[in-house]
Amino acid sequence: MITVAQVVESLGAQVAVKGDMERMVKGCYISDLLSDVMAKSKEGEIWITLQIHPNIVAVSVIKGLSAIILTNNRRPEEETAKRAEKEKMTILVFSGSTFEAAGKIYTLLSQ
Amino acid sequence: MNNKIERINEPIEASFQLLEGDFANAGAASSAMKRVLMDLGVDEDIIRRAAIAAFEAEMNVIIHGVAGSLHYIITRDHILITVTDMGPGIPNIELAMQEGYSTAPDWVREMGWGAGMGLPNIKKNSDEFNIDTVIGEGTTLEIKILLNDRGERR
Repeated sequence: MITVAQVVESLGAQVAVKGDMERMVKGCYISDLLSDVMAKSKEGEIWITLQIHPNIVAVSVIKGLSAIILTNNRRPEEETAKRAEKEKMTILVFSGSTFEAAGKIYTLLSQ
Repeated sequence: MNNKIERINEPIEASFQLLEGDFANAGAASSAMKRVLMDLGVDEDIIRRAAIAAFEAEMNVIIHGVAGSLHYIITRDHILITVTDMGPGIPNIELAMQEGYSTAPDWVREMGWGAGMGLPNIKKNSDEFNIDTVIGEGTTLEIKILLNDRGERR
């Protein structure tokens, strides 16, 4: 099992908001539809998205996700970062595409 | 077992106001409810289901409901979440229960909401689910989740 910290290292991602970095990453879910994440993601998964508004924090907390990864260097809105800090939800910023992030995480999880 | 729920004598309840367009506060009511359930030592899977159903219901009011409220009551054996709004009502419940059917406006969809998955997701996560809707007056959802149903999900 891998941790959020290992994902950061593997992606070379920036930590925009630091939550529990030792949290286990049980899988990965990719979607920009929050409704879809609400319905289909599973507890412990790390979520890759392009959405940056504050609702991504609420969804992650309610679903018990391990962290959020924003790709293509998208940064969380100020309010999003504030909420994430309050909820101790990690938000990572990755310079590459969603495809690259997914590939790296897939490899990590398959090891 | 360290489970305070079996020792509660009086039901625990609370109400929260909900307003259409108030995306900034989306999840406030369900998060507060979640914390109470955690404090009571309720099974994690049951808490998650209750929080998901409550959050989806909150979102529905924020997207469509004009104004409304979320009320929950926790007893020894269940939690009952009642979400009432003064929105337009649901003309066709059968259609609204179909995954993918939505009447949400484009700007809401751009935020990633309004994919027509809310009501089916509430149903999936609840043990009893009831919709009462009147066109032009509003909608009331009743979501019941049993607290002693350990791991036996359909």
